[in-house]
Amino acid sequence: MAIAVARRERRGRRRTVSRSRTPYLLIAPSVLLMVGFLVYPIASVFYYSLRNYNLTRPWGNGFAGLENFRRLLFEDPLFWQSLGFTAQWVVVEIVLQLVLGLALALLVNETFVGRAVARALVFSPWAVSGVLTTSIWMLLYNPTTGVFRYLADAGIGEHGTSVLADTGTVFPAVVLAELWRGVPFFAILLLADLQSIPRDLYEAASVDGASRLRRFFHITLPHLRDAIVLSTLLRAVWEFNNVDLLYTLTAGGPANHTTTLPLYVASKAINAKDFGYGSALTTVAFVILLFCSILYLRLSKFGGDRA
Amino acid sequence: MNEPLVISRPAEAEPAVAAPAAREQGRRRRRGVQAMSRPSRWQIYLPLGLYLVFTLVPFYWMVVFAVRPTGSDSLLPWPITLEHFDTVWNGMGFGLFFQNSLMVGLFSLVTTSVIALAGGYALARFRFRGKQVFMVALLCTQFIPGAMMLIPLFEIFRDLGLVNTIWSLVIAETVFQLPLSLILISGFVKNIPVELEEAAWVDGCSRPRAFFAVLLPLLRPALVAVGSFAFIHSWNNFLFALMFINEQNKFTIPVGLSYTLGEFSVDFGALAAGGVVAAVPVVLVFAVIQRYLVTGLSAGAVKG
Repeated sequence: MAIAVARRERRGRRRTVSRSRTPYLLIAPSVLLMVGFLVYPIASVFYYSLRNYNLTRPWGNGFAGLENFRRLLFEDPLFWQSLGFTAQWVVVEIVLQLVLGLALALLVNETFVGRAVARALVFSPWAVSGVLTTSIWMLLYNPTTGVFRYLADAGIGEHGTSVLADTGTVFPAVVLAELWRGVPFFAILLLADLQSIPRDLYEAASVDGASRLRRFFHITLPHLRDAIVLSTLLRAVWEFNNVDLLYTLTAGGPANHTTTLPLYVASKAINAKDFGYGSALTTVAFVILLFCSILYLRLSKFGGDRA
Repeated sequence: MNEPLVISRPAEAEPAVAAPAAREQGRRRRRGVQAMSRPSRWQIYLPLGLYLVFTLVPFYWMVVFAVRPTGSDSLLPWPITLEHFDTVWNGMGFGLFFQNSLMVGLFSLVTTSVIALAGGYALARFRFRGKQVFMVALLCTQFIPGAMMLIPLFEIFRDLGLVNTIWSLVIAETVFQLPLSLILISGFVKNIPVELEEAAWVDGCSRPRAFFAVLLPLLRPALVAVGSFAFIHSWNNFLFALMFINEQNKFTIPVGLSYTLGEFSVDFGALAAGGVVAAVPVVLVFAVIQRYLVTGLSAGAVKG
């Protein structure tokens, strides 16, 4: 330490540069934890995906080559079905969350009486867990305790409506529940960015006679562009991986209508204990996620000059 | 699982500083110009009111069912009974689950904060070989799906003998919280002028002493954010707890909660009361950071 300080002293302004071991010692716990519990597990997922590995059938374990992947691609209709639902789930959720989140951010960015309270209230579902969201929405959707029962009592709709058991209504039902919890994320993030737009821009535009709509499209939206790209990407990855809500609310049902790929993986791991096949599914999901993310970043950068 | 909540922080730090002057200037000018058309009061209150209904009705529903007596059909929370809380807290073991969740949450909070503080400081204040690679690796971790780490992490914890202990959850939570916490803290440290520390060095402080005496107090907002996010995350985590813990006396709140669920579950009072128990700590923590978040965001409106 003393030597390091002396050396820094000698170099004058560049004293933040240190050849000592200090930075490595400080960063070591983070690196060790991440190597041990992130990097190594990922490597083992790739390795397991090439093996038969089932906790309930240990006698069949061994090297399998690409057999897991062959089964997955050609013999598993549930894989394709879950992949399709995952895409539908992510796209619908992200588009709705972004639109509503942006609208909400614009609203609470205005000056009005009770703004602080309004913000606290509309942002509050952000901290709620997936399982708790399920508890709440299960009460709301249940045919005997839910809103539809009270609406039916009031003469709107009919008794015994179970939106979660009907393949026609289950999708909008889970989308709504997740929106409740997901919109605040976008609203908080976009609000922070909205505040950094200089007021002068809007005033200059007003003086030039630009309508509120035009100010939105020519000032607000271009300014928020980077924040929108980043937040949609992070949130899309997160929604892709989001298992808690669907696992507890529908368990992928009815008839696997709401099974996403990670939910399929989780049920293979937790219920079937089929680690080999689950790892192959994981590998495929990981590759798809990475590919889509890179594609999205490329495409959004591609349009970068418009702003 | 690895919810990117933290991202909002660094973005928000800047406007809090940058906005006040611009906004005040704008306000002064607006009085003169009067050209900007502003939305009328109804254009704000009407959509906001509708959205508030959407946000608050679900919470209200849960509270009503938690406190109303079995057999009641009223949608008003009166008369109040605590029987459902007694059922979940004593009968279903939520008292124990609460304790377990609290332990996991507090340990994750401490480990995440301390490790991220050390690492974040190193990333911000030192130049060293491998730093760029490490920063890129931190960003890449955001694409790692938590659900997909279930299998290999289970293996590791089984080999380490940590399955069915809260330590498996503390480690998993810490690891998943670390990347964003590191990014956040190093960003905060970078925004604090290094001259402050240098002044302390000149006055004869050692680097560690300058860190604790000068830098740490200034980092409090960052630590509040990192700590509360770590706590909220581990309090909410479901899948890891479901996979790594299978002895009932070690269950955490979300796992306990999942056992009250079922579309045709009989005891809706217990379901709702369990939900309230699960919500209270998170809502309290949220109330604290929310106040800090709102003041940070709207600092411009007050201070000018």
